[in-house]
Amino acid sequence: MSLPPTATGAQHTAILGLGVYRPSLVVPNSEIIEAIDSSDEWIQQRSGIKQRRFATPEETVQMMSVAAARTAVERAGLDMAQVDGVVVATVTHLMQTPAVATLIAHELGLDRPAAFDISAACAGFCHGVALASDMIRGGSAKYVLVIGVERLSDILDLTDRGTAFIFGDGAGAVVVGPSDEPGIGPVVWGSDGEQSDLIRQREDWRDVIASDNPRMPHLTMQGNAVFRWAAFEMAKVAHEALDRTGITVDDLDVFVPHQANMRIIDAMARSMKLPDHVAIARDIAEQGNTSAASIPLALDRLIEDGEAKSGDTALLIAFGAGLAYAAQVVTVP
Amino acid sequence: MATQTDILNDLAAIVEDIAGVDAADVQLDKEFIGDLDVDSLSMVEIVVAAEEKFGVRIPDDEVKNLKTVGDAVNYIDKAQG
Repeated sequence: MSLPPTATGAQHTAILGLGVYRPSLVVPNSEIIEAIDSSDEWIQQRSGIKQRRFATPEETVQMMSVAAARTAVERAGLDMAQVDGVVVATVTHLMQTPAVATLIAHELGLDRPAAFDISAACAGFCHGVALASDMIRGGSAKYVLVIGVERLSDILDLTDRGTAFIFGDGAGAVVVGPSDEPGIGPVVWGSDGEQSDLIRQREDWRDVIASDNPRMPHLTMQGNAVFRWAAFEMAKVAHEALDRTGITVDDLDVFVPHQANMRIIDAMARSMKLPDHVAIARDIAEQGNTSAASIPLALDRLIEDGEAKSGDTALLIAFGAGLAYAAQVVTVP
Repeated sequence: MATQTDILNDLAAIVEDIAGVDAADVQLDKEFIGDLDVDSLSMVEIVVAAEEKFGVRIPDDEVKNLKTVGDAVNYIDKAQG
Protein backbone atom coordinates (compact mmCIF):
# COMPACT_ATOMS: atom_id res chain seq x y z
CA MET A 1 0.00 0.00 0.00
CA SER A 2 1.08 3.57 -0.47
CA LEU A 3 1.46 5.81 2.56
CA PRO A 4 -0.89 8.74 3.23
CA PRO A 5 0.34 12.07 1.77
CA THR A 6 3.14 13.75 3.73
CA ALA A 7 2.31 16.98 5.51
CA THR A 8 3.70 20.11 3.89
CA GLY A 9 4.78 23.13 5.83
CA ALA A 10 5.05 26.87 5.40
CA GLN A 11 5.65 28.29 1.94
CA HIS A 12 8.21 30.79 3.22
CA THR A 13 10.56 31.00 6.19
CA ALA A 14 12.51 33.73 7.94
CA ILE A 15 14.88 34.35 10.81
CA LEU A 16 12.54 35.60 13.54
CA GLY A 17 14.99 36.38 16.34
CA LEU A 18 18.73 36.53 17.05
CA GLY A 19 20.62 36.16 20.31
CA VAL A 20 24.30 35.83 21.18
CA TYR A 21 26.60 35.11 24.09
CA ARG A 22 30.06 36.64 24.26
CA PRO A 23 32.18 34.91 26.90
CA SER A 24 33.65 36.97 29.71
CA LEU A 25 37.42 36.57 29.33
CA VAL A 26 38.77 39.23 26.98
CA VAL A 27 42.18 38.09 25.72
CA PRO A 28 44.20 40.81 23.93
CA ASN A 29 47.02 39.92 21.55
CA SER A 30 49.52 40.85 24.26
CA GLU A 31 48.49 37.70 26.14
CA ILE A 32 48.98 35.45 23.09
CA ILE A 33 52.27 36.67 21.60
CA GLU A 34 54.84 35.27 24.02
CA ALA A 35 54.04 31.60 23.41
CA ILE A 36 54.26 32.08 19.63
CA ASP A 37 57.19 34.53 19.65
CA SER A 38 55.15 37.14 17.81
CA SER A 39 53.89 40.69 18.20
CA ASP A 40 50.58 42.54 18.37
CA GLU A 41 51.48 44.29 15.11
CA TRP A 42 52.22 40.98 13.31
CA ILE A 43 48.91 39.46 14.43
CA GLN A 44 46.91 42.53 13.43
CA GLN A 45 48.61 42.74 10.06
CA ARG A 46 48.04 39.05 9.32
CA SER A 47 44.50 38.77 10.63
CA GLY A 48 43.01 42.09 11.75
CA ILE A 49 42.49 40.54 15.18
CA LYS A 50 43.03 42.80 18.21
CA GLN A 51 41.53 40.55 20.85
CA ARG A 52 39.41 37.43 21.22
CA ARG A 53 37.25 36.10 24.02
CA PHE A 54 37.82 32.82 25.83
CA ALA A 55 35.16 31.08 27.90
CA THR A 56 35.68 30.42 31.59
CA PRO A 57 35.16 26.85 32.89
CA GLU A 58 31.57 27.85 33.82
CA GLU A 59 30.87 29.15 30.32
CA THR A 60 30.33 25.73 28.78
CA VAL A 61 29.03 25.00 25.29
CA GLN A 62 25.65 24.27 26.86
CA MET A 63 25.60 27.37 29.08
CA MET A 64 26.55 29.77 26.25
CA SER A 65 24.01 28.14 23.92
CA VAL A 66 21.17 28.41 26.43
CA ALA A 67 21.92 32.09 27.04
CA ALA A 68 21.99 32.91 23.31
CA ALA A 69 18.86 30.81 22.64
CA ARG A 70 16.83 32.51 25.39
CA THR A 71 17.52 35.91 23.83
CA ALA A 72 16.70 34.65 20.33
CA VAL A 73 13.36 33.14 21.39
CA GLU A 74 12.42 36.24 23.37
CA ARG A 75 13.27 38.56 20.47
CA ALA A 76 11.24 36.33 18.14
CA GLY A 77 8.26 36.97 20.44
CA LEU A 78 7.69 33.27 21.02
CA ASP A 79 7.11 31.08 24.03
CA MET A 80 9.66 28.33 24.59
CA ALA A 81 6.83 25.79 24.25
CA GLN A 82 6.43 26.72 20.58
CA VAL A 83 9.99 25.68 19.65
CA ASP A 84 9.91 22.16 18.23
CA GLY A 85 13.39 21.81 16.77
CA VAL A 86 16.95 22.46 17.98
CA VAL A 87 19.91 22.21 15.60
CA VAL A 88 23.33 22.85 17.12
CA ALA A 89 26.38 23.44 14.94
CA THR A 90 29.63 22.89 16.84
CA VAL A 91 32.93 21.02 16.74
CA THR A 92 33.89 21.72 20.34
CA HIS A 93 31.30 19.89 22.40
CA LEU A 94 33.85 17.43 23.72
CA MET A 95 31.32 14.79 24.81
CA GLN A 96 30.73 12.86 21.62
CA THR A 97 27.40 11.56 22.77
CA PRO A 98 24.68 12.51 23.56
CA ALA A 99 24.21 15.51 21.29
CA VAL A 100 24.43 18.76 23.26
CA ALA A 101 21.24 19.87 21.47
CA THR A 102 19.21 17.54 23.69
CA LEU A 103 20.74 18.99 26.88
CA ILE A 104 20.18 22.55 25.67
CA ALA A 105 16.55 21.75 24.80
CA HIS A 106 16.02 20.24 28.22
CA GLU A 107 17.55 23.20 30.05
CA LEU A 108 15.38 25.57 27.98
CA GLY A 109 12.32 23.58 29.05
CA LEU A 110 11.25 22.66 25.53
CA ASP A 111 8.61 20.01 25.02
CA ARG A 112 10.36 17.01 23.41
CA PRO A 113 11.69 18.83 20.32
CA ALA A 114 13.71 17.21 17.55
CA ALA A 115 17.23 18.00 18.78
CA PHE A 116 20.55 17.08 17.21
CA ASP A 117 24.05 18.39 16.48
CA ILE A 118 25.61 18.92 13.07
CA SER A 119 29.30 18.88 12.24
CA ALA A 120 30.18 21.33 9.49
CA ALA A 121 32.83 23.30 11.38
CA CYS A 122 33.02 26.99 10.48
CA ALA A 123 30.29 26.43 7.86
CA GLY A 124 27.92 25.00 10.47
CA PHE A 125 25.68 27.98 11.08
CA CYS A 126 24.61 28.45 7.45
CA HIS A 127 24.11 24.68 7.13
CA GLY A 128 21.84 24.84 10.18
CA VAL A 129 19.80 27.74 8.81
CA ALA A 130 19.30 25.92 5.49
CA LEU A 131 18.32 22.72 7.26
CA ALA A 132 15.89 24.50 9.61
CA SER A 133 14.27 26.35 6.72
CA ASP A 134 13.78 23.09 4.81
CA MET A 135 12.40 21.37 7.93
CA ILE A 136 9.78 24.09 8.27
CA ARG A 137 8.90 24.20 4.58
CA GLY A 138 8.71 20.42 4.58
CA GLY A 139 6.30 20.36 7.50
CA SER A 140 8.68 18.55 9.89
CA ALA A 141 8.90 21.42 12.35
CA LYS A 142 7.48 24.90 12.89
CA TYR A 143 9.95 26.90 14.97
CA VAL A 144 13.57 25.76 14.95
CA LEU A 145 16.41 27.09 17.08
CA VAL A 146 19.69 27.10 15.17
CA ILE A 147 22.68 27.53 17.45
CA GLY A 148 26.32 28.01 16.43
CA VAL A 149 28.58 27.57 19.45
CA GLU A 150 32.27 26.95 20.03
CA ARG A 151 34.87 26.75 22.78
CA LEU A 152 37.84 26.62 20.42
CA SER A 153 40.13 27.58 23.29
CA ASP A 154 39.74 23.94 24.42
CA ILE A 155 41.30 22.57 21.24
CA LEU A 156 43.81 25.35 20.51
CA ASP A 157 47.54 24.76 20.64
CA LEU A 158 48.62 28.11 22.10
CA THR A 159 52.19 27.48 20.90
CA ASP A 160 51.17 27.02 17.23
CA ARG A 161 51.97 30.18 15.25
CA GLY A 162 49.43 29.20 12.60
CA THR A 163 46.35 29.02 14.81
CA ALA A 164 46.95 30.31 18.34
CA PHE A 165 46.08 33.93 17.59
CA ILE A 166 43.11 33.25 15.33
CA PHE A 167 40.42 31.45 17.28
CA GLY A 168 38.03 32.35 20.08
CA ASP A 169 34.86 31.24 21.86
CA GLY A 170 31.20 32.26 21.78
CA ALA A 171 27.64 31.37 20.82
CA GLY A 172 24.93 32.71 18.55
CA ALA A 173 21.37 31.51 18.06
CA VAL A 174 18.48 32.27 15.75
CA VAL A 175 14.89 31.12 15.62
CA VAL A 176 13.79 30.11 12.13
CA GLY A 177 10.04 29.97 11.54
CA PRO A 178 7.25 30.40 9.00
CA SER A 179 6.84 33.77 7.32
CA ASP A 180 4.40 35.52 4.95
CA GLU A 181 7.31 36.75 2.83
CA PRO A 182 10.44 34.83 1.84
CA GLY A 183 13.09 35.73 4.44
CA ILE A 184 15.61 32.97 3.74
CA GLY A 185 16.80 32.49 0.16
CA PRO A 186 17.97 29.27 -1.49
CA VAL A 187 21.15 27.83 -0.03
CA VAL A 188 24.23 27.31 -2.16
CA TRP A 189 26.34 24.71 -0.39
CA GLY A 190 28.87 22.02 -1.03
CA SER A 191 32.13 20.41 0.01
CA ASP A 192 35.57 19.48 -1.28
CA GLY A 193 36.94 16.50 0.62
CA GLU A 194 40.07 16.48 -1.52
CA GLN A 195 41.21 19.40 0.64
CA SER A 196 40.22 17.78 3.94
CA ASP A 197 43.80 18.03 5.25
CA LEU A 198 43.84 21.82 5.24
CA ILE A 199 41.92 22.28 8.51
CA ARG A 200 41.55 19.34 10.85
CA GLN A 201 42.01 17.77 14.25
CA ARG A 202 45.70 16.87 14.54
CA GLU A 203 45.10 13.18 15.28
CA ASP A 204 42.45 10.58 15.84
CA TRP A 205 41.33 9.95 19.46
CA ARG A 206 42.54 6.33 19.21
CA ASP A 207 46.03 7.60 18.36
CA VAL A 208 45.87 9.98 21.31
CA ILE A 209 45.05 7.15 23.68
CA ALA A 210 47.72 4.86 22.21
CA SER A 211 50.35 7.60 22.62
CA ASP A 212 52.90 7.48 25.49
CA ASN A 213 52.26 11.16 26.08
CA PRO A 214 48.54 11.74 25.48
CA ARG A 215 47.49 15.31 24.75
CA MET A 216 44.51 17.12 23.27
CA PRO A 217 44.35 16.51 19.52
CA HIS A 218 44.58 20.18 18.63
CA LEU A 219 43.25 22.00 15.61
CA THR A 220 45.74 22.42 12.75
CA MET A 221 45.44 24.57 9.66
CA GLN A 222 47.42 25.30 6.47
CA GLY A 223 46.70 29.00 6.48
CA ASN A 224 47.92 30.07 3.03
CA ALA A 225 46.06 27.31 1.17
CA VAL A 226 42.90 28.06 3.15
CA PHE A 227 43.31 31.76 2.40
CA ARG A 228 43.51 31.08 -1.32
CA TRP A 229 40.42 28.89 -1.30
CA ALA A 230 38.39 31.13 0.97
CA ALA A 231 39.25 34.50 -0.53
CA PHE A 232 38.72 33.53 -4.15
CA GLU A 233 36.57 30.39 -4.45
CA MET A 234 34.12 31.60 -1.82
CA ALA A 235 33.55 34.91 -3.59
CA LYS A 236 32.19 32.81 -6.49
CA VAL A 237 29.88 30.90 -4.14
CA ALA A 238 28.67 34.20 -2.68
CA HIS A 239 27.76 35.42 -6.17
CA GLU A 240 25.98 32.15 -6.87
CA ALA A 241 23.84 32.66 -3.75
CA LEU A 242 22.87 36.12 -5.03
CA ASP A 243 22.07 34.70 -8.49
CA ARG A 244 19.92 31.92 -7.02
CA THR A 245 18.00 34.51 -5.00
CA GLY A 246 17.58 36.70 -8.09
CA ILE A 247 19.39 39.76 -6.74
CA THR A 248 22.73 41.49 -7.31
CA VAL A 249 25.32 43.09 -5.03
CA ASP A 250 23.50 46.40 -5.55
CA ASP A 251 20.44 44.99 -3.74
CA LEU A 252 22.45 44.02 -0.67
CA ASP A 253 22.49 46.04 2.54
CA VAL A 254 24.73 43.80 4.60
CA PHE A 255 27.49 41.25 3.97
CA VAL A 256 28.19 38.82 6.81
CA PRO A 257 30.94 36.39 5.85
CA HIS A 258 32.31 33.87 8.33
CA GLN A 259 34.79 35.82 10.45
CA ALA A 260 37.83 33.75 9.51
CA ASN A 261 40.44 36.44 8.99
CA MET A 262 40.14 40.15 8.16
CA ARG A 263 42.39 39.61 5.14
CA ILE A 264 39.95 37.01 3.77
CA ILE A 265 37.02 39.39 4.37
CA ASP A 266 38.87 42.21 2.57
CA ALA A 267 39.91 40.00 -0.36
CA MET A 268 36.36 38.62 -0.73
CA ALA A 269 34.82 42.08 -0.67
CA ARG A 270 37.30 43.26 -3.33
CA SER A 271 36.79 40.24 -5.50
CA MET A 272 32.97 40.50 -5.19
CA LYS A 273 33.09 44.22 -6.08
CA LEU A 274 30.69 45.10 -3.27
CA PRO A 275 29.33 48.65 -3.57
CA ASP A 276 30.22 51.13 -0.82
CA HIS A 277 26.72 51.14 0.67
CA VAL A 278 27.00 47.48 1.76
CA ALA A 279 27.90 47.17 5.46
CA ILE A 280 30.56 44.49 5.94
CA ALA A 281 30.79 42.55 9.20
CA ARG A 282 34.22 42.87 10.82
CA ASP A 283 33.52 41.46 14.27
CA ILE A 284 36.70 39.38 14.00
CA ALA A 285 38.79 42.33 15.26
CA GLU A 286 37.18 42.06 18.71
CA GLN A 287 36.05 38.45 18.77
CA GLY A 288 38.56 36.36 16.82
CA ASN A 289 37.39 33.48 14.64
CA THR A 290 34.61 31.69 16.52
CA SER A 291 33.86 29.09 13.83
CA ALA A 292 30.15 28.15 13.85
CA ALA A 293 29.30 31.10 16.14
CA SER A 294 30.92 33.81 14.03
CA ILE A 295 28.06 34.76 11.69
CA PRO A 296 25.34 35.33 14.33
CA LEU A 297 27.89 37.13 16.54
CA ALA A 298 28.95 39.35 13.64
CA LEU A 299 25.38 40.10 12.59
CA ASP A 300 24.48 40.98 16.16
CA ARG A 301 27.42 43.41 16.30
CA LEU A 302 26.30 45.14 13.09
CA ILE A 303 22.80 45.58 14.51
CA GLU A 304 24.20 46.85 17.84
CA ASP A 305 26.38 49.37 15.99
CA GLY A 306 23.45 50.57 13.89
CA GLU A 307 25.04 49.36 10.64
CA ALA A 308 22.28 46.80 10.01
CA LYS A 309 18.58 47.00 10.83
CA SER A 310 15.50 44.82 10.76
CA GLY A 311 14.33 44.23 7.19
CA ASP A 312 17.77 44.66 5.62
CA THR A 313 18.89 42.17 2.98
CA ALA A 314 21.99 40.29 4.15
CA LEU A 315 24.25 37.79 2.42
CA LEU A 316 25.62 35.13 4.77
CA ILE A 317 28.47 32.87 3.73
CA ALA A 318 30.23 30.32 5.90
CA PHE A 319 33.19 28.12 5.01
CA GLY A 320 35.72 25.95 6.78
CA ALA A 321 37.03 22.49 7.55
CA GLY A 322 35.91 19.79 5.15
CA LEU A 323 36.31 21.82 3.17
CA ALA A 324 32.62 22.71 3.47
CA TYR A 325 30.69 25.84 2.63
CA ALA A 326 27.14 27.26 2.61
CA ALA A 327 25.70 30.63 1.65
CA GLN A 328 22.24 32.20 1.60
CA VAL A 329 20.55 35.57 1.46
CA VAL A 330 18.39 36.39 4.48
CA THR A 331 16.31 39.24 5.79
CA VAL A 332 17.73 40.69 9.01
CA PRO A 333 15.28 39.96 11.88
CA MET B 1 54.20 37.08 -27.27
CA ALA B 2 54.89 38.99 -24.07
CA THR B 3 58.54 39.81 -23.41
CA GLN B 4 60.09 39.48 -19.95
CA THR B 5 59.90 43.28 -19.69
CA ASP B 6 56.15 43.21 -20.40
CA ILE B 7 55.68 40.54 -17.75
CA LEU B 8 57.76 42.50 -15.25
CA ASN B 9 55.74 45.67 -15.85
CA ASP B 10 52.40 43.92 -15.47
CA LEU B 11 53.57 42.03 -12.40
CA ALA B 12 54.90 45.23 -10.85
CA ALA B 13 51.47 46.83 -11.29
CA ILE B 14 49.85 43.84 -9.53
CA VAL B 15 52.34 44.00 -6.64
CA GLU B 16 51.73 47.72 -6.27
CA ASP B 17 47.97 47.25 -6.31
CA ILE B 18 47.90 44.44 -3.74
CA ALA B 19 50.86 45.10 -1.44
CA GLY B 20 51.18 48.87 -1.82
CA VAL B 21 54.80 48.62 -3.01
CA ASP B 22 55.89 51.29 -5.52
CA ALA B 23 55.94 49.56 -8.93
CA ALA B 24 59.35 51.12 -9.68
CA ASP B 25 60.82 49.14 -6.76
CA VAL B 26 59.64 45.83 -8.19
CA GLN B 27 62.87 44.78 -9.92
CA LEU B 28 64.02 41.33 -11.04
CA ASP B 29 66.58 40.91 -8.24
CA LYS B 30 64.22 41.90 -5.41
CA GLU B 31 62.90 39.27 -2.99
CA PHE B 32 59.16 39.52 -2.38
CA ILE B 33 59.36 38.83 1.33
CA GLY B 34 62.88 40.07 2.19
CA ASP B 35 63.11 43.22 0.05
CA LEU B 36 59.54 44.24 -0.82
CA ASP B 37 57.98 43.36 2.56
CA VAL B 38 55.22 41.31 0.90
CA ASP B 39 53.76 38.91 3.48
CA SER B 40 52.64 35.37 2.66
CA LEU B 41 48.93 36.23 2.39
CA SER B 42 49.64 39.11 0.00
CA MET B 43 51.82 36.67 -1.94
CA VAL B 44 48.77 34.40 -2.35
CA GLU B 45 46.74 37.35 -3.65
CA ILE B 46 49.54 38.34 -6.04
CA VAL B 47 49.74 34.77 -7.35
CA VAL B 48 45.98 34.59 -7.96
CA ALA B 49 45.99 37.99 -9.71
CA ALA B 50 49.00 36.91 -11.81
CA GLU B 51 47.24 33.69 -12.81
CA GLU B 52 44.31 35.72 -14.11
CA LYS B 53 46.44 38.37 -15.80
CA PHE B 54 48.86 35.99 -17.53
CA GLY B 55 46.54 33.01 -18.08
CA VAL B 56 48.87 30.60 -16.25
CA ARG B 57 48.49 28.22 -13.31
CA ILE B 58 50.85 28.66 -10.34
CA PRO B 59 50.28 25.75 -7.91
CA ASP B 60 50.72 26.26 -4.15
CA ASP B 61 53.80 24.00 -4.19
CA GLU B 62 55.45 26.26 -6.73
CA VAL B 63 54.81 29.52 -4.87
CA LYS B 64 57.51 28.86 -2.28
CA ASN B 65 60.11 28.65 -5.08
CA LEU B 66 59.23 32.13 -6.31
CA LYS B 67 61.55 34.03 -3.97
CA THR B 68 62.50 36.91 -6.24
CA VAL B 69 60.56 38.92 -8.77
CA GLY B 70 62.85 37.39 -11.40
CA ASP B 71 61.82 33.85 -10.32
CA ALA B 72 58.18 34.81 -10.85
CA VAL B 73 58.80 36.47 -14.21
CA ASN B 74 60.75 33.42 -15.43
CA TYR B 75 58.06 31.05 -14.21
CA ILE B 76 55.29 33.03 -15.94
CA ASP B 77 57.36 33.34 -19.12
CA LYS B 78 57.92 29.54 -19.26
CA ALA B 79 54.33 28.70 -18.28
CA GLN B 80 53.05 30.88 -21.11
CA GLY B 81 55.20 28.76 -23.46
